[in-house]
Amino acid sequence: MSRLSNVTTTLAQETVEELYNDIERNIQTSQPGLCPVDLAAAFLHLSHARSCGKCTPCRVGLGKLEQLINSVLDGTADESTLEAIETTAESIYRSADCAIGSEAARMAVKAVKGFHDDFEEHIRHGRCKLQNFKSVPCVAECPAHVDIPGYIALIHEGRYNDAVNLIRKDNPLPSTCGMICEHPCEEHCRRKLVDDAINIRGLKRYAVEHESEIKAPVCAEPTGKKVGIIGGGPSGLTAAYFLSKMGHECTVYEQRDKLGGMLRYGIPSYRLPREVLDREIEGMKLAGFKTITNFSIGKDMSFDELRKQYDAVYISIGAHIDNKIGIEGEDAEGVISAVEMLRGIGDGNMPDFSGQDIVVVGGGNVAMDVARSAVRLGAKTVKIAYRRRKADMTALAEEVEGAVADGCVIMELNAPVKIEKKEDGSVAAIWLKPQIVGEVKWGRPAPVNADSPEVRVACDKVLVAIGQGIDSAQFGEAGLPLKRNRLAASEAGDFAEMEGVFSGGDCVTGPATVIKAIAGGKVAAANIDEYLGFNHPIESGIDLPPVRFADREPMGRVNMTERPASERIKDFDLMELPMTDQEACQESARCLQCDHFGCGLLKGGREFRW
Amino acid sequence: MVNVTIDGKSVCVPEGTTILKAAASVGIDIPTLCYWEGLNEIGACRVCVVEVEGNMRLPAACNTAVEEGMVIRTNTKKVRDARKSNVELILSEHNSNCTACVRSGNCSLQKLANDFNITEIPYKKHLDEKKGNRNFPLIHDYSRCIKCMRCIQVCDKIQHSNVWDLINTGSRATVDVGDYYSLEESNCVLCGQCITHCPVGALKERDDTAKAIDALEDPEKITVIQIAPSIRTAWGEAFGLSPEEATVNRLAACLKSIGFDYVFDTNFSADLTIMEEGSEFLKRLSDKENNKFPMFTSCCPGWVRFVKANYPEFVDNLSTAKSPQQMFGAVTKSYFAEKIGVDPSKICSISIMPCLAKKHECAIPVMNDACGDPDVDIVLTTREVDRLIKSEHVDPSKLEDVELDSPLGVGSGAGNIFGATGGVMEAALRSAYFLVTGSNPDPDTFKAVRGEDGWKEASFELAGSTLKVAVASGLGNAAKLLDAIKAGKVSYDFVEIMACPGGCVGGGGQPIHDQCEMSTFRAPVLYSQDKDNTLRFSHENPVIKTIYEEFFKEPLSEKSHHLLHTDHHAWKMPDEV
Repeated sequence: MSRLSNVTTTLAQETVEELYNDIERNIQTSQPGLCPVDLAAAFLHLSHARSCGKCTPCRVGLGKLEQLINSVLDGTADESTLEAIETTAESIYRSADCAIGSEAARMAVKAVKGFHDDFEEHIRHGRCKLQNFKSVPCVAECPAHVDIPGYIALIHEGRYNDAVNLIRKDNPLPSTCGMICEHPCEEHCRRKLVDDAINIRGLKRYAVEHESEIKAPVCAEPTGKKVGIIGGGPSGLTAAYFLSKMGHECTVYEQRDKLGGMLRYGIPSYRLPREVLDREIEGMKLAGFKTITNFSIGKDMSFDELRKQYDAVYISIGAHIDNKIGIEGEDAEGVISAVEMLRGIGDGNMPDFSGQDIVVVGGGNVAMDVARSAVRLGAKTVKIAYRRRKADMTALAEEVEGAVADGCVIMELNAPVKIEKKEDGSVAAIWLKPQIVGEVKWGRPAPVNADSPEVRVACDKVLVAIGQGIDSAQFGEAGLPLKRNRLAASEAGDFAEMEGVFSGGDCVTGPATVIKAIAGGKVAAANIDEYLGFNHPIESGIDLPPVRFADREPMGRVNMTERPASERIKDFDLMELPMTDQEACQESARCLQCDHFGCGLLKGGREFRW
Repeated sequence: MVNVTIDGKSVCVPEGTTILKAAASVGIDIPTLCYWEGLNEIGACRVCVVEVEGNMRLPAACNTAVEEGMVIRTNTKKVRDARKSNVELILSEHNSNCTACVRSGNCSLQKLANDFNITEIPYKKHLDEKKGNRNFPLIHDYSRCIKCMRCIQVCDKIQHSNVWDLINTGSRATVDVGDYYSLEESNCVLCGQCITHCPVGALKERDDTAKAIDALEDPEKITVIQIAPSIRTAWGEAFGLSPEEATVNRLAACLKSIGFDYVFDTNFSADLTIMEEGSEFLKRLSDKENNKFPMFTSCCPGWVRFVKANYPEFVDNLSTAKSPQQMFGAVTKSYFAEKIGVDPSKICSISIMPCLAKKHECAIPVMNDACGDPDVDIVLTTREVDRLIKSEHVDPSKLEDVELDSPLGVGSGAGNIFGATGGVMEAALRSAYFLVTGSNPDPDTFKAVRGEDGWKEASFELAGSTLKVAVASGLGNAAKLLDAIKAGKVSYDFVEIMACPGGCVGGGGQPIHDQCEMSTFRAPVLYSQDKDNTLRFSHENPVIKTIYEEFFKEPLSEKSHHLLHTDHHAWKMPDEV
C-alpha cells in the first residue's frame, strides 16, 4: 500500500459531474407555470439522494417529507398533512447535523410558506393553482411577448423584412432592441438544456441590419378619436405607433429637443448609434402620429387642459430625475449626476474630461455607461466606487467586464462617505469607507463597515449614478395615485381614480429596461383602444416557413464580438460588431422552435394577433 | 413540389405536406393515435414516429413537413421499438378493463395494441383514481384518458366552449375541466363533441338504457318512444348496415321487438315546431318595433345552453318554441294520453336523440307542462339505443321494416331535414311562404341554405319584402356570427343555429368513427328521404292539421303557448345571473 495516492476520477464520477452540470442548466430553463408543489417534492428527492445516511433527520426525514408532499399531490392528504409537513421540515432543519439535511428541510419550510395556497388547492381540489403554464419560454419572458421563434425561423429562411415586421407586430423598436435589449427572452431559453441559450438579441440586430426599407404600416380607418401622449420615449412612441395603426389620432408631447427619451438621453451612442435611433423613430412616425418637441406638459400646457383636448391620455414620462447620495460635499463643483451628463451627451454637448481623474459612484448599468463614456471623453483614470461586491452589481456582467476592458478600475466594497472640496469649491477627492460583505438581506449580501480606515481618492470629477427618480408631482396633485413617486397604474395601465388616463414605462415601473417600457406602451395601446370603444386587432399576416426537423446536437452559441478596447475607447462609435451571415445562419438553426415542438403546438404557442 | 423517398418509394408532394400524408399518398399506412386531421396535429402520443435518414431522433409523421431529398423509413427497428414502447407506456396508465368499456371494439388504443401484438406490459400499472360525476349527462372517466388532447381542441377550436384543459404539470398533468372544478359547474353545453372525438372510452354519455328497461318491465307503464330525424342516418352504422338498410322503420321494428308500446317520429313534432316557430317569426316580423332581431331557432338545447352561458344578451332573441323533443313529450302526455284514454302519469316518454344536451333539456324543471311530470322522461343517444338493441340480442338485419305507430308517427320531409344544418330554416321557409302567400312554393326553393358551410347566408323575397337569413353550425361559427351581429357587421331577420358541426347528423350522441366527421355522409341521407317523401311541407302533415283542429286550434293559441312554448329565463346555467 502506498502511504498516499493521487486523486483520480472514475468514469462514474465524471458522468455524475456532467449530470450535475446538466441539472444546473436544466433548472435554469425551468419555465414559469410549473407546479411548485411537484417541484418541491422533486428537489427533496434530489437532496435525499445526497444524504450520506448517518443521521436520522436527513436519512429518514427527507424521505418522509417527500412522501407527505406526494400525498398532497396524490389527493390523499388533508389539512393536517400541511401541519405535519411544516413540523417535520422544521424539526429536520433544526436537528440535522450538516447542511445537506438542514438546507433541504429549509427549502421545504420555504415551500410550504411560499406556496401555501397551492398546497391547499391540491388538498381541496386535486389540482394546481398555477394554470399559466408557459409553453414558449422566450415569448413568455419577453415583456412585449414578441414572436421570437417566428422571426428566428424567418431569419433562417433569409426573409429579413418579414422577420422585422413580425417583431414590429409586438415591438415597434426592433433596431433599438437589437442593439440594447437586456434580452430576458434568453434567460429561460430551452436550448440551454442542450448547450446554451440562443443569441436572440444578436439575431434580431442581424435581421434589422438586413431589412431593405421601413415601410409605412397599414393603419385602420380613422376613428376620429384623439389620444395625447406625454413623453416621447420608447413607451410613449410605442403607444403612439400602435394607436395610430388602430386609426386613432395621436400626438406625442416631448419636453426635450428630440424624441427617444432615455434611448437618446440615457444610452451612449457607442451602444446605440444615433443614426440607428433616428432611423427607427422616423420609421415609427410613418404610422402618422404627430410629435411636438420642446413642449412640457405642466409648463406649456396644463395636464387638465391636455385631458380636455383628448379622448384619452397616456403618461410615459420616464424616470429622469437624479438621485443624490446624501453625503457631505455633494454640492461641490465637479459632482455631476449621470442623468445630467448623459442628457448633455444626448443633445450633443460632450464634456471634456481630458487628463482628468474620474470617480463614478454606483454599480448599475448607468454607472457603467457614464464610466465608459468618461473614458471616451479623454479621462486619465476612471474608477468605479461601489459599496457592495463586484458580483453584486446590478449592471449586466458583460457591461462590467466591458468597462474593465475599457480601462475602468472597479473599487468594490467601498462606500462613499464624503466629497472633499478644494478652496474654490471644486472636487478635490472622494473619501471611501471600506466595507466587508455581510449577511444576506432580501437576496443580496449587505455591506457593513470594515475595521479599516477611510480611503482618500483624489479626483477631478465625481459622477453619481445611483438611480433615477420620477418627476410625477403634478400628476399626484391632479389626483392620480403615486407610490414612492411612481404612478400607481393598474396592470392594465389605467387608474380607477381617473377615467381615460393611462400610464406606463419607467414612470410606473421605476427605472427599468427598454423592453418593459415598450411592453407598457403596447398594453396601454390595447386598453386605450378598448376604452375608446374599439377592438382593433394588431396582426402581422406573415406566414412562417414549414418547421424544420433536426436532431438537437450540442452546438456552441454565437456570441457577439466587440471592437478591441484600445480602439473603441477613442470614439463614441458602435462598439459591438455585427453577426456575420454564416454566424446568423448557424445561430438561427439552433432555435428549438418551442412554438411547434412541445406544448406550444397545443396551446400558448403562436399568437397571431393581440 | 418536394421529392422524398418513403420506404424506397419515390414521392412528389407539395411543399408543407406532412410525412403522414405523403406516405398515405403512396399507400403507406403510418399508425396514429392522438392525430385528427386539421384539429389535433400536435404529435403528443408519438405513435406515428418515423425514421429520417441522417437523423438520430424520430420525428412525428403527423406534423413534420417533408423536406426535399428526405429519405424516410416507416418500419425500422428504431421506429417499431419506439412506437411499441409508447403504446405500452400509454397502456400502463390506461384502464384496460376493455370488457367493461363502451368503446370496446371501437377503440383506437385497443386496435393499436392488437396491431402491435402487445400481449403484456412491462411497466407497473398506474391509474388516475379521480372519478367524475356519474349523474351528469357527460361523464369523464379519468382512468381511461390517454391525454391525446382532442377533447380540448374540439371544445376550444370548434365549439368555442373552452371546457377542457390540460391541468397540472409533470407526471400529474391530466385533462380536466379548466376554469371550474367540475363539469356541472362549468359552461359545458353538452354537445358531446368531445365524446365523438375521443379515441378511447374516457368520455361517454350517462347510460340511461337501464331506466328504459325498467320502464319496459313495469306493467303499469306505457312506453312511448320518439325517434329524432338524424337517428335514421346513423343508427345502423353499429350493425354494419347502410342507411338504405337501416331505415327508421327497421329501427321501429327493433324497438317493437324490444317491447316499446308506441314508436313515434320526432319528425311529427318537427312539423309542429315549424307551425309554432314559423308563426312566431311572422308575428315578430309584423311587430318589428317590439321584438328583437334576428330571431334565433331554439330547437338545439346545446345552442340554448351556449347562448345563456356566453351571450345572455341574445336570450330574448331565441324563439320561445320548445324543441321538437319537448313538444313531442308535451303532446304525448296531453293530446295522446287523452286519445288513448290513459292517465299521462302512466306514460313513460322516451326519446332517441343525437346528443347529450337533450338529456339535460328533458330534466329542466319547467319542462313539465302536460301533467306536472317531466314531458320527456328518458333520453337515449343513438349509441345507447344501439347498445340496447345489442343487449337485447336483437339482430336488425333479420327484421322486416314496420310502420311507425299512429297518430304521431307521421312526419313530412321538411321535418326530416331538421337533422342537418340548414334544415330547420328550409322547413320554416317552406311553410312561412305558404302562411304568407297562401300557396306552396316549389319545395326546393330554399335549397341555398343547405350544405356544410359553417356560416351560410341567404336572402329571399317573401310577399314583396326581402328576408335575410343565416344558418350556422358548430358553436365556434355561432360565436363568430353573434360577434358580427354585436359589432353591427351583419344583420338578419332569422337565424338557425345548431351546436354540432353539420347539425344533428354530426351530433355528439351519434355513433363514433375515429378521425371521421360523419355529418358529410349522413346529411345527404336526410335530403334524399325528403326528396322521396310525398309530404314535403310541415303544414300539409295530416296529423298536424288534425291536432290543430282537435286540440290546439291554431298556432300560438293559448294551449300552444302552454304546451309548446317555454321561458328560456326559467332556468339558469351555472354562472348565469
